[in-house]
Amino acid sequence: MFHCLLANARFWTGDLWYALTAIVAISLVYAATRHERMAPIFRHAGRVFLWITGFMVVVFVIMQLISLRA
Amino acid sequence: MAEALDPESHEPINLKDPMIAGLLAWLVPGLGHWYQGRREKAVLYFVAIMGLFLFGLILGGGATYRDVDGREHHTGYGRGVYFSWNPEKRLHYLGQVGVGLAAMPALLQAALMNHNEKVLWGGFMAPPWPSDAMRSAAGRDNPNFDQPTRAELDRWLNRRFELAGVFGLIAGLLNVLAIYDACAGPVPPASKKDEEPREEKKDEAAA
Repeated sequence: MFHCLLANARFWTGDLWYALTAIVAISLVYAATRHERMAPIFRHAGRVFLWITGFMVVVFVIMQLISLRA
Repeated sequence: MAEALDPESHEPINLKDPMIAGLLAWLVPGLGHWYQGRREKAVLYFVAIMGLFLFGLILGGGATYRDVDGREHHTGYGRGVYFSWNPEKRLHYLGQVGVGLAAMPALLQAALMNHNEKVLWGGFMAPPWPSDAMRSAAGRDNPNFDQPTRAELDRWLNRRFELAGVFGLIAGLLNVLAIYDACAGPVPPASKKDEEPREEKKDEAAA
């Protein structure tokens, strides 16, 4: 079961690397619309990046578990 | 001249003419902020938005293919960003056009394709043929006969074709946020907005 999970994970994480670029850009632009100076922009962008990435990881794990076949 | 407030220091931000700033921000991401003297944010917006758009352009190309005569061609780049309305409605472009001038070559390429003129720059941002039947109907005399069909781009570029379109779309939509920032300044955190009325209520209660 876990072998299957890891095999699936390896396949899909290959595609997920593309998302990093988008998440970085989205985090920076979103944070920049909320602040004027660079220090708070980067701090906020870091939090947004972690939030989006964490959300995607949770959804990813749930999808992997749902797709498992005995 | 319009002003906004820095959410941290509460210092005024000179937005100059917000309409001009908004227009410039649409034409080139960050240019509106540069015009307002907000140079650091200008660079940040430009790098983040145009970086993502450029990544999409690179993803949407870089493959070689053979045409019906067996001759080898290169897809070129920027295939994920193109304008087409009939018969394929490429809705991605509605978002992609948010990056302004950088998405304009797609309109020129679509016009050339529609008027049976040879597309430029190796097919950069040129719309693909909607189907093989339409390309065959256009005939070998058509200067764009060597251009790929939509299905061929899907096959040769694989998932990168769709990713390229989506990255361009996201970049365009992010620039809409940047345009708003150029026109109205940074959005204050919602919690601070909520705190102000509460403080007023406390003052009223104390009185």
